[in-house]
Amino acid sequence: MSAAQWRKAMNFSDAGRNWSGGRPVAATPSDARSATRSAPAAQAGVSLGRLWSHIRWRHVIVLAAVLVYPWIASPFFTYQIGAQALALGLIALSLTFLAGYGGMLSLAQMTVAGIAGYIVAILGVSGTPEISLGWPWWLVVILAVAGATLAATFIGWLSVRTEGIYTIMITLAIGMAFFYLAQQNYAIFNGFQGFQKVVPPVVLGIDWRGPVPFYYLALFWALAGYFFVKYLTRAPFGIALQGVRDNARRMRALGFSPVAHRVAAYAVAGAIAGIGGVLLVWYNGLISPGSVGTSWLINILIIAVIGGLRHPVGSFIGAIVFVLLQNFAIDLIDRERFNLVIGLGFLVIVLFSPDGLLGWWDKVKEWALRRTGGRRSAGRSNEWRSVGVPQVRPVGRQ
Amino acid sequence: MTIVRRWYWAWIGGLIIAALAVWGIVDNQRLFLVTTLNGLTLAALYFLVASGFTLVFGLLRNVNLAHGSLYLLGAYVGWVVGELTGSWFVAVAAGFLFAALMGLVLQVGVFRFMQGDDLRQTMATIGLSIIAADVALWIWGGQIYQFDPPSWITGTTALPLVGKFSTYRLVLLATAVVIGIGLWAFLAYTRVGMMIRAGVDDRGMLSASGVNVQMVFAITFAIGAGLAGFAGVVGGTALSIAPGEDTRYLLASLVVVIVGGMGSVAGAALGAVLIGVAEQFGLAYAPTYGIVFTFVIMALVLAFRPQGILGRRT
Repeated sequence: MSAAQWRKAMNFSDAGRNWSGGRPVAATPSDARSATRSAPAAQAGVSLGRLWSHIRWRHVIVLAAVLVYPWIASPFFTYQIGAQALALGLIALSLTFLAGYGGMLSLAQMTVAGIAGYIVAILGVSGTPEISLGWPWWLVVILAVAGATLAATFIGWLSVRTEGIYTIMITLAIGMAFFYLAQQNYAIFNGFQGFQKVVPPVVLGIDWRGPVPFYYLALFWALAGYFFVKYLTRAPFGIALQGVRDNARRMRALGFSPVAHRVAAYAVAGAIAGIGGVLLVWYNGLISPGSVGTSWLINILIIAVIGGLRHPVGSFIGAIVFVLLQNFAIDLIDRERFNLVIGLGFLVIVLFSPDGLLGWWDKVKEWALRRTGGRRSAGRSNEWRSVGVPQVRPVGRQ
Repeated sequence: MTIVRRWYWAWIGGLIIAALAVWGIVDNQRLFLVTTLNGLTLAALYFLVASGFTLVFGLLRNVNLAHGSLYLLGAYVGWVVGELTGSWFVAVAAGFLFAALMGLVLQVGVFRFMQGDDLRQTMATIGLSIIAADVALWIWGGQIYQFDPPSWITGTTALPLVGKFSTYRLVLLATAVVIGIGLWAFLAYTRVGMMIRAGVDDRGMLSASGVNVQMVFAITFAIGAGLAGFAGVVGGTALSIAPGEDTRYLLASLVVVIVGGMGSVAGAALGAVLIGVAEQFGLAYAPTYGIVFTFVIMALVLAFRPQGILGRRT
């Protein structure tokens, strides 16, 4: 980020803090009551107007497409492709948030999601009644997300003590340790078998296990997570987090606590991954050590990197590509060789397009604009760059 | 006084461990001693794998997450060569050479083009490890392979207090000690070793003083990878080789270097002893929570000494 952008960003966050901090002060004098009543309304009007100006055709088209999708696609495509991609995308979104905006590449996001899944299976209803406690679903889901958030906070607290490349090692070690624990332990985790028949509940007369209801459930949380991350990265906390990513020492000098911001980012990502984990365990109907094994820890990274770490939408694009490959690699190449395909694809992306598919999209757009004598290429690429991971960018493309 | 104050946690931890050890000896002496010896042999194996990992990281700042794959590929190639020639020693040499060659190819062919780009290098090693694991599964399938070492090291040896103990494990322990001393002598006394140590401290300065840094990098990577392949054959003989061993030894090297300190060979030895012994005691005394021991050690080290026990702050 350049110095000018920085100043802008910092001013933005200052304004945000003054605004939220100044409101209660303005509300106390009684003579200013009419003024305070109109101020939030005006504010809402302005932000709605600003929101409106940000909506482009592509947003409308994508939203309409994902809403209409289950009515035109077969149940297989709705459930196996659509819902799975949304659940995996949500978990990958938590990694995109951590890595793209916090600069912390955590490989333990699937572990966090798996912890949420295990809590759902252990406290809720499963095919192993000797262990499962059979608590009501709403309590179980709340506890699962809370437990995932706590676990993520703990992982974050352990790993933010070191920086950069250590993070990936420590989180990988924690994730693998959890896998071996789940595999060895029969008293709590039911060992190698795990838990079967972990299904979504029937609420409001709707069986949420059906392809279409489950798709909409996953879609709701995916959209909620996406817009939450979009909001958070422009909120003061998100701006400060990006500051910590780019220059922790300078942020400390400005009075921010880099450690607190990083741990908080882990907690937020943990909550997102927890929701994704609950969805994923319901989607699969089971959870076993294999669901949190090394290959899945890495698959989440692959999904996030294939899509591109620079923007929250990348995780969902990556998830769609991954799920499509997983289901249809059998037609292209021997089913057994799926890992080879995904590994090669990942390697190609890492070697030739560090920004993932979004990077290719940008390149295509830049090329097209150059061909047509482009107008707004400079401004747009600047906006992209403000949310990049510095290390994944190729050298000399500042 | 300062030693007591600075290492107070080590004293406290040592006292607790000593008390547990006394209880273990009183409770069941033979189990305790056999577990200790098993722990030390596992530590020997972990040291062989992790020393290469930490050497590469110290100099190249490259977290080679394909290190476990080098272990597994070295073991498989060693097995094939062993079957062809009928000699276990040739198999060990083949495992070392093949992994060293792979390491050389990786450094010269891939990582050299991403120098200083830690995260990209690491992600590339992840991609490579996926590919390597799948190719190995393709060629060698999911079977479990076992080596055929010469008969004089396959039996058991009677030891005082312990009773019968696998000779091969003792040989493994001795091998690791010899390799450790050899590695230390290589780093301390040879010209290339000095270059590597200088590079760990300051890469830019080493390059500025006229040393061909790329050559030093390639040699280090080859030695580190070769040690992994060597450990693959040696460890595969002690246990067995099967798909999935790569992630097991990757986890072991990760935890060992996190605990011992990145870039320090002595730290790798200390970490390997801690983790190997803890793992075996976990298996013997609390079978379903064994991994928790390892994890608690790692968490404690990270909480109180994030750079590792013998690591230096960079």
